[in-house]
Amino acid sequence: MSSRRSHSRHSNASRITEEEINELVSKLQMMLPDAPIRRNSRVSARKVLQETCSYIRSLHQEVDDLSEKLSELLASTDTDSAEAAILRSLLMQ
Amino acid sequence: MQALHFLQALARIARAAPKPAHSARTRQIRHAAYASMAHSSRSSRRTWSRALLHRLRQRQQQRPGRLLTVRRRVRIVTPITSRPEEPARAETLRQLVPGGRGMEYCNLLEETADYVQCLRAQVQLMQTLLDAFSS
Repeated sequence: MSSRRSHSRHSNASRITEEEINELVSKLQMMLPDAPIRRNSRVSARKVLQETCSYIRSLHQEVDDLSEKLSELLASTDTDSAEAAILRSLLMQ
Repeated sequence: MQALHFLQALARIARAAPKPAHSARTRQIRHAAYASMAHSSRSSRRTWSRALLHRLRQRQQQRPGRLLTVRRRVRIVTPITSRPEEPARAETLRQLVPGGRGMEYCNLLEETADYVQCLRAQVQLMQTLLDAFSS
């Protein structure tokens, strides 16, 4: 599906903005996880935004999960393992 | 810059005595993650980073010991966007990108790209740290 086109004839300023928007949508499409696969296919702006929303949500979730795991990691630095010692020396200046 | 800021914050959290509860420490780490994103030199000029910092400060002022932050969904009655033919999906995106509600459509797309890049970098950083120190 192609991107949206306005029906009425706008001024030049609006046409340039339309191109800019298409470019920005393309840029977002490139950032999506499956971008390499879909590189040459035309995806609608609506679809790109939809998938960007999903992607952002999944990234937020990853931050939550990784925060949880890092918290456990910091808790485990009480042990005498080599990793714990390295982590301590790296973080505690 | 983003990495350095996060590592320093992590060091502070690790040094805290007495040791916080797991849930509190998780919250602190998550806070540090988003703060690092907002403070990174590339993003500090962005609307999303200012909005994010504002949001983080508001959360810090909430009752301590709260595990989950309440996301207040403000209903916007008057449309902010000026182009009537914009996709309806943009509303969802506006809610996900900090400060998204007040942006013009074109800016929203730019800010989204920047926000996603910062998010990705932060996730990669946290994963790298985990991988480096997990056996």
